[in-house]
Amino acid sequence: MPTLKLREGALAPYKDAKPTEISLQSWRDGVRPEGGRFAIVVPNDTDIREIAPSLASFSVVILDFPKFRDGRAYSQARILRDQLGFKGEIRARGDVLRDQAFFMARAGFDAFELEESRIEGFTEALRTFSQVYQPAADDAVPAWRLRAARAVAA
Amino acid sequence: MYRYDEFDETIVRERVKEFRGQVERRLSGEITEDQFKPLRLMNGLYLQLHAYMLRVAIPYGTLSSRQMRQLAFIAREYDKGYGHMTTRQNIQYNWPALVDTPAILDALADVEMHAIQTSGNCIRNVTSDQYAGAAEDEVEDPRPWCEIIRQWSSFHPEFSFLPRKFKIAVTASEHDRAAVKVHDIGLRLYKNSEGRTGFEVLVGGGLGRTPYIGHVIRDFLPKEHLLSYLEAILRVYNLFGRRDNAYKARIKIQVNAEGIDAFRGMVEEEWARIKDSGVDLPREEIERIRRYFAPPPFEKLPRESTAFNDAAASDKGFARWARVNTVAHKQPGYAIVNISLKPPGKPPGDISDEQMEAAAHIAERYSFDELRVTHEQNICLPHVKKDDLYAVYQSLQAADLATANIGLASDIIACPGLDYCTLANARSIPIAERIAERFSAAGVEDDIGELKIKISGCINACGHHHVGHIGILGVDKKGEEFYQITLGGSGAEDASIGEIAGRGLSSDEVIDAVERLVDYYRANRQDGERFLDAYRRLGLDRFKEAIYADAQAA
Repeated sequence: MPTLKLREGALAPYKDAKPTEISLQSWRDGVRPEGGRFAIVVPNDTDIREIAPSLASFSVVILDFPKFRDGRAYSQARILRDQLGFKGEIRARGDVLRDQAFFMARAGFDAFELEESRIEGFTEALRTFSQVYQPAADDAVPAWRLRAARAVAA
Repeated sequence: MYRYDEFDETIVRERVKEFRGQVERRLSGEITEDQFKPLRLMNGLYLQLHAYMLRVAIPYGTLSSRQMRQLAFIAREYDKGYGHMTTRQNIQYNWPALVDTPAILDALADVEMHAIQTSGNCIRNVTSDQYAGAAEDEVEDPRPWCEIIRQWSSFHPEFSFLPRKFKIAVTASEHDRAAVKVHDIGLRLYKNSEGRTGFEVLVGGGLGRTPYIGHVIRDFLPKEHLLSYLEAILRVYNLFGRRDNAYKARIKIQVNAEGIDAFRGMVEEEWARIKDSGVDLPREEIERIRRYFAPPPFEKLPRESTAFNDAAASDKGFARWARVNTVAHKQPGYAIVNISLKPPGKPPGDISDEQMEAAAHIAERYSFDELRVTHEQNICLPHVKKDDLYAVYQSLQAADLATANIGLASDIIACPGLDYCTLANARSIPIAERIAERFSAAGVEDDIGELKIKISGCINACGHHHVGHIGILGVDKKGEEFYQITLGGSGAEDASIGEIAGRGLSSDEVIDAVERLVDYYRANRQDGERFLDAYRRLGLDRFKEAIYADAQAA
């Protein structure tokens, strides 16, 4: 399955070499592939804070959507971004619907494992809302902040 | 009332556009019904027994006359001329065509309304006290906080795929009219011993298959931290709530499995991490929203109204209606008027397009343009001058909206039941109608006094039978409809879950049993004692004997 990277609101296939994948269980068992940084695959029933001490070893965290309804990885992604300060790639794997793309991008995901044929639908879905109500892990400015800025300008 | 600015307007319009695209993809066959299902469910569109059902949010129950007229227009244009008010301050349309639903959403957006998050495993329409801003006993109007929660929870990127649906209710009164103790999160605004106003936060209440009364997770939350605290609770739930079994996925199961103290520990730990991270609104935004809910320009009036007293003395029907359906207002010379949607022989909560128009007109003329929808499936006019009550009564009578039974035996909450719902095991509406008829003789209901009868057509408990003084649950027994009685429940500040009285009864037997329960109460009550209080004093066994008297004799 190709990995599509989200950059400035657009999705494009991965160009660079992919980092070596390693499961959380292997990491726990002490497996350390040679060289570079890794893509760690974290199940969605794991406390994401477990990998906090080793985050510097990973350039990618892959989070799982076993079913689209199972939304645990949204919270894992937000904790990674907002609380653990992870700046690398957060990739969504599994049952990912276009109608969830907007939420995923806001929660901190910036890569999706998808067929390239779905790029168009996903890109459109990423632009569903031009305004948002709440701060999240992206750089969208919530409505209340814009209201305040406008009140100051007036 | 809150008014949309361009940000609110943009978000709602963009949602309609997205949904229109989804409906087009479905109608063209690009996506299957299976793929469409989660999308329509994000927008309050259910497939029921006979047709689609669209559930429209009435945030915290507040409506303007213009909005009510638009609901009437939709009922006339796209449905069969009526709507159904629900226990969560929503209105449901039972017969819309799929192809029309985007146009309906456009019509709603024209009056600052929507169907966002009225279904699906997300944070649902936030509900509140229907007397907000008018109640004598409130510490402040709870609705600004409801609007703050509405905005924060709308398209929340993290909490749109929770383990299960999530319901929040807010009250600011001693007397709980919003059933906060049986919500996933209940918020009660109150003044603490230091004179500061804040929230008591309850979590893990709920009805359904496994009813629980909520636990206090925090006894005093400073108001300005509301959103960060909610976010902490929701994150702990989203990450660690059960997802293996839909019937065990509500937060109440998690709270009661962990124990409230352990659960509180997890929430407080998360809250400590995020409470100063910018989730909470700045004071200016809270004030901006609060200003929309400023009290209307009340006149200075004497407490008593001569016009009212004269009319009540000469018209007994009016006097009774006023006694049963109106409630004291915090402003002298004003009253809160309840409009019952439980007339004899009609499905509870149904209202025709013409009645909606009439209610809108009366509200515009006599209630500062405001209406409320109540969780007991009625409507109320929050701010009516006592001087105008007789005129209001006569206008309501002309629209068949003057049934005087608020809080009485025939003011029954009932789910749609087997007449409409795919989940139901038994019919609810005909049972409600027959019970109401049983107590319809003059003076009987008044003598019985406050009695909350609640009927659910299946174990999912949409009719709130667990918190009925008398609860009735429809069950299926070898293909036949049976009804189980629960007793002693309450959804108010004295919340309790009703106790199961015994074996199921046929539809005929259950009507007789309710009558016998009421007869037993009337024979054994003390002065001024409500049914519920008599039950709590006398106990299950004695009332049980009353139910099964016939069966034992036979």
